[in-house]
Amino acid sequence: MESNQDFFRRLCRYYGLYTLGFIAFLCVLAILEREGMPRSWIGYLFLFVTIGLYAAIGVVCRTSDVPEYYVAGRRVPPLFNGMATAADWISAATFISLAGGLYLQGFDGLAYILGWTGGYCLVALLIAPYLRKFGQYTIPDFLAARYPGRRGGHGANLIRILAVAATILISFTYVVAQIYGVGLITSRFTGIDFSIGIFLGLASILVCSFLGGMRAITWTQVAQYIIILFAYLIPVIWLSAKHTTVPVPPVAYGAVLPKLTAIEHRLEDDPKEKEIRQIFQARADDYEQRLKTLPQSWVDGRIEAQNHTEEVRRNTHASLAEIKAASRLLSSYPKSPDEAERKWSEARAANLARAQPPVSQTEPFPGRDRESSEIKRNNFLALVFCLMLGTAALPHILMRYYTTPTVAGARVSVFWTLFFIMLIYLTVPALAVLVKYDIYTSLVGSSYSHLPDWVYYWANMDKINPLVSITDLNHDGLVQLGEISMDGDIIVLAMPEIAGLPYFVSGLVAAGGLAAALSTADGLLLTISNALSHDIYYKVVDPSASSQKRVTISKLLLLVVALLAAYAASLKPGDILSMVGAAFSLAASTLFPVLVLGVFWKRANQPGAIAGILCGFLMCVYYMLHTTPTFGGSATGQWFHIASISAGIFGVPVGMAAMVIVSLLTPPPDEATMALIDHIRTP
Amino acid sequence: MDHAPLPLEAGHQWHRIRRMTAWLLALWFLSTFFFVYFARELDHIHLFGWPIPFYMAAQGMLLIYLAIVVIYMRRMRRIEQLVRREQGE
Repeated sequence: MESNQDFFRRLCRYYGLYTLGFIAFLCVLAILEREGMPRSWIGYLFLFVTIGLYAAIGVVCRTSDVPEYYVAGRRVPPLFNGMATAADWISAATFISLAGGLYLQGFDGLAYILGWTGGYCLVALLIAPYLRKFGQYTIPDFLAARYPGRRGGHGANLIRILAVAATILISFTYVVAQIYGVGLITSRFTGIDFSIGIFLGLASILVCSFLGGMRAITWTQVAQYIIILFAYLIPVIWLSAKHTTVPVPPVAYGAVLPKLTAIEHRLEDDPKEKEIRQIFQARADDYEQRLKTLPQSWVDGRIEAQNHTEEVRRNTHASLAEIKAASRLLSSYPKSPDEAERKWSEARAANLARAQPPVSQTEPFPGRDRESSEIKRNNFLALVFCLMLGTAALPHILMRYYTTPTVAGARVSVFWTLFFIMLIYLTVPALAVLVKYDIYTSLVGSSYSHLPDWVYYWANMDKINPLVSITDLNHDGLVQLGEISMDGDIIVLAMPEIAGLPYFVSGLVAAGGLAAALSTADGLLLTISNALSHDIYYKVVDPSASSQKRVTISKLLLLVVALLAAYAASLKPGDILSMVGAAFSLAASTLFPVLVLGVFWKRANQPGAIAGILCGFLMCVYYMLHTTPTFGGSATGQWFHIASISAGIFGVPVGMAAMVIVSLLTPPPDEATMALIDHIRTP
Repeated sequence: MDHAPLPLEAGHQWHRIRRMTAWLLALWFLSTFFFVYFARELDHIHLFGWPIPFYMAAQGMLLIYLAIVVIYMRRMRRIEQLVRREQGE
């Protein structure tokens, strides 16, 4: 058996060579593109080469050994565990949507940056080292050992089952979102069908985790992190060199910010921009009028649409496109006054939003008055703390800290995780600001006859929900900021083209997004299947199962869960992103109190833990249902005007309180549990 | 009662660890809360082009978080060495 030091050196050599190989691959593609290779081939090459690579790592690392399969043999050096955890952490949403959120929402978008990094302080200080010292396989393992029942037996199983249920609920919504992201990226960049994209991605995930479990996933994630890093940094560095003198984006964009703010002020008072905003205001007023006169307005509108269609059909000069447009208008007309109310309210809100002056990039909490600004600030704080506490309770992240060789290794590993995450996160605001500056200076004010290629390309990519659309509303032939409608995702996807980089860099960005989605999906699927196979099958159903049988069951379950998740993703659930946001609040409310009090409060006992999990969960779900319109609630039910995504801000205190009260009302834990806590606490 | 049935030294170390954790968490919470809560009041102060609240929320706080993790890591390493030495004797 080689020593940890030798193993570390060998890994450094492998990944060094791998990085060089990847750079060479990029150079070859650059040359091929210059020689005239078509765009779609470059897309396919990136897709198949990276997916093939991940599968190959899976084959090389195949294993059926229990510690290897569940915790990678507990010999992952902290640096590499940090890298793998960072890849596990950086999801499709982070890679593709985070910068877009900052671009569209300005200061408010920073809540995600703060929440998704600050949570690691909690992981480092409160959870990771203690879990590693405990040294089993899953999070439910820890909770079941820490909160055993009075007479053993059923009590411990109850808490284990609750923890498994929470783990699965949190991880499953998350994994569906990742697989959805895989489908989006592959279909957008290669033009293949969304569902085929999903199953291609799934194949690579499966080969990897099916064959090698945690071991294969860890080494694949390190490889994926390197691709993510290249994909995110290369275009931003280029953009930063283009607009400033310094090619280090996090440092350079400070020079662009004052210029951007000046442009924002100019655009706010620009007469042409005001004209556009008035057009949207008028449209919103029109919807307002129609909403007021329901149901009569719905009847009138339908008759009008029917007459219009008839008229177009009768008109012999009408083109086919006109007839099609008219009948589409009729078929999309609301079927009932209720539907009309919903659709028109949405349309009114959308038009009203575009009637507002552009959001300032740096001004914190802009609002009409002091009160609305204060509501924004409180929501920002609530969201930041929910995301932080949620981060510290996500099972697929915490599970990774079981894989380091020592407790000290777990602590160092959290440091590396945060370090590698920050390499990306420090660049995100720079990216948003630089792209905004580029668009405000080169696209706004340009002529409609000279729109850049990327606008055409991305406007035609998805005809129903185009990522970008620009319409000359006031017919002056020039682009006004108000005329541009953008989806946040395009900021990252089209960034290489906006920066004027060759197409192979776009392919690299797609490969990076794919790596981000796949690495997170890998970790999540393994977490779910381990919870089912290890915690339910081995610990509850059949404790005498052989280790061979345990691993086999785990692999089978992985297959089933992956297919279920892919099926769920192929249904294209619309609210998937808000569900991921909800997963953080749920994780914080259900698992955070039991994990932290389990280490830091000896008096916490099993009835308390059960009450904590249940009350935190119920509080969180109740608030979400109560305030989300799609579930029959309404925004008027909000407490202190806190949005439903931050339900954890109520769930965590309720869970904590329930846990403390019930623990104090019931007998303290037994001697064996006390000894276990002392053992965990000793560094 | 919340007393550990431990040898005195290990229990003592636990108190040290707990106190340090509390201090670092206070730093974590207060710095986050301060820069967000008073963001509007600090907005007119600029540093190399960045308004202070934007810089802190986009980058400064992240560096503070990393510093917290580094401080914890280093001091825990020292405490761990102490415990090892005590156990070795």
